[in-house]
Amino acid sequence: MREIFVLAERRRGELRDITLEMLTKGRELAQKTDSELTAVVLGENVEGHSKILAEYAKRVLAIKDKKLEHFNSDIYQKVLSYLIKERKPLLTLIGHTSYGIELAPSLAVSLNIPLATDCIDVEFENETFTVTRQIYGGKVNVKASLQKAWSYIITVRQAAFQAEKTQLTGEIDEIPSPLSEEMNEKRFVDYVLPPPGGVDITAADIVCAIGRGIKDQNNILIGEELAEALGGVLACSRPIVDKGWLQSNRQVGSSGKTVKPKLYIAVGISGAFQHIVGMKNSDLIIAINKDPNAPIFKAADYGVVDDLFKIVPALTQKIKELKSAKA
Amino acid sequence: MDIIVCVKRVPEMAEAEVRINGSGKDIEKTGLVFDINEWDEYAVEEAVYIKEKLGGTVTVITVGSEDVDATLRKCLARGADRAIRITDSKLEGSDGYVIAKVLSRVIRNLPHDLVLTGVQASDDGYAIVGPALAELLGIPHVTLAKKIEFKNGFVRVNRELEGGLGEIVEVKLPAVISVQTGINEPRYVSVMGIRKAAQKEIKVLKLADIGLSENEVGVAGSWIKTEELYMPPAEKQAEYIKGSPEEVASKLVEIIKARGLI
Repeated sequence: MREIFVLAERRRGELRDITLEMLTKGRELAQKTDSELTAVVLGENVEGHSKILAEYAKRVLAIKDKKLEHFNSDIYQKVLSYLIKERKPLLTLIGHTSYGIELAPSLAVSLNIPLATDCIDVEFENETFTVTRQIYGGKVNVKASLQKAWSYIITVRQAAFQAEKTQLTGEIDEIPSPLSEEMNEKRFVDYVLPPPGGVDITAADIVCAIGRGIKDQNNILIGEELAEALGGVLACSRPIVDKGWLQSNRQVGSSGKTVKPKLYIAVGISGAFQHIVGMKNSDLIIAINKDPNAPIFKAADYGVVDDLFKIVPALTQKIKELKSAKA
Repeated sequence: MDIIVCVKRVPEMAEAEVRINGSGKDIEKTGLVFDINEWDEYAVEEAVYIKEKLGGTVTVITVGSEDVDATLRKCLARGADRAIRITDSKLEGSDGYVIAKVLSRVIRNLPHDLVLTGVQASDDGYAIVGPALAELLGIPHVTLAKKIEFKNGFVRVNRELEGGLGEIVEVKLPAVISVQTGINEPRYVSVMGIRKAAQKEIKVLKLADIGLSENEVGVAGSWIKTEELYMPPAEKQAEYIKGSPEEVASKLVEIIKARGLI
């Protein structure tokens, strides 16, 4: 029986959430294609993770090798291309993460099999896979089909699927490492941890986040004043950090912090997926943006389609009035 | 150091209204403002910065129609030395894999110590071209670069991971590096600079010049094929608050107050 591979994503001893999300989707695809779901895990000490993966898959393929402990796309590509040639899975699912972005394209080229990246849904139709992707900044969805081939690779967006536990107790197969000679073209050196200290936006009950719409560094004050009036903290989306206007410890999103405050106000933030995953679980979300088509309005409870330079100062003023009346 | 930078011209979407065109397979492009892909702008700046520090040349390459020349001129004004455009109607419908194939055919005949791309393009968002190009050229790659340094034939890259974490990776040169936004501060390009760059030549190549056949490009040569575009379904849609700024502010305050947050 053919297999569907899910490549487990591990970092610094942690099994990353995307792995279980992919296994859940992979299970559904395995049923629909009469395939078996196989989790592939690579690393030095993988026993613990193999046991977790066995609760989600029919089989776990574990390759234990010291060279695989830290992710290195050159070495991973060698191992995966060996496994795919050997076992000919129908499909290999990989996370569209810093890990999959580095690995999947060159793996697909080397095997000469098609790849679809950053997919939010996957179906099997007409003897091939059809995927759903978001394009043009999340303003449009596209349905696309993969060119027919003997095997496929699809990378999956984080949080596109919800992980669901099963009653499975898959078998764990340890496979000897196919790595023999040293590979020196690419070396993992070390992790870079975020600088310690500073503001902790994840601890705040109220977060006011500013984005590209504030246009100028001097306008940060507008967001600061709103945050201060509410007794919250100031946060931001990626472009503000890219421009060097605020430090990265205030960035909300997949490459920054994930926050879950009681109130999140998004000011001039369009709502790229990478931002949404970092704030969508907030209790109450208010978005202010002049673009009615901004994806942020699909994540928000309340939306204001208007000029932030008019709305935010008025809101700050009202809050101050109310607070001083109370005092 | 001879540096190649791959760039793409894309429509500016931040405040644009999106409509799907008659074919159902693309958006309506009339009325949209086009400019260099944001990631590529950082890549060009990084290339020019490296050239200024270490010497060498910067060549920008793009796949697209004649309309892209405005973008190439801007890159030349920024400090690139040469520009190459690959234009062919047969490239219609190409995905990231085909673009990587086309670029690899051009780059393999040019001196290249370093090839830079953006991590992804803001239109189709594949994030494929950089690493696929590296594999086709048979050289190593690093994606998501936040910092690039050189030492003894190696390039040391700080690459962005999730949740504020990064990692240091070293690869042998020549290599392909895909650049993340925020790696530098792209310089301001003056109108004067663009005018000066107008004199620099843009070399134009067709499919036949790079030895690719028709069935290796376009939809036939691509990994994926667009079936249809559609507006994303709204699983949840915000309740809109309307009125004058004062009215909106009052309504928002009521909502926040009702949650006991003021």
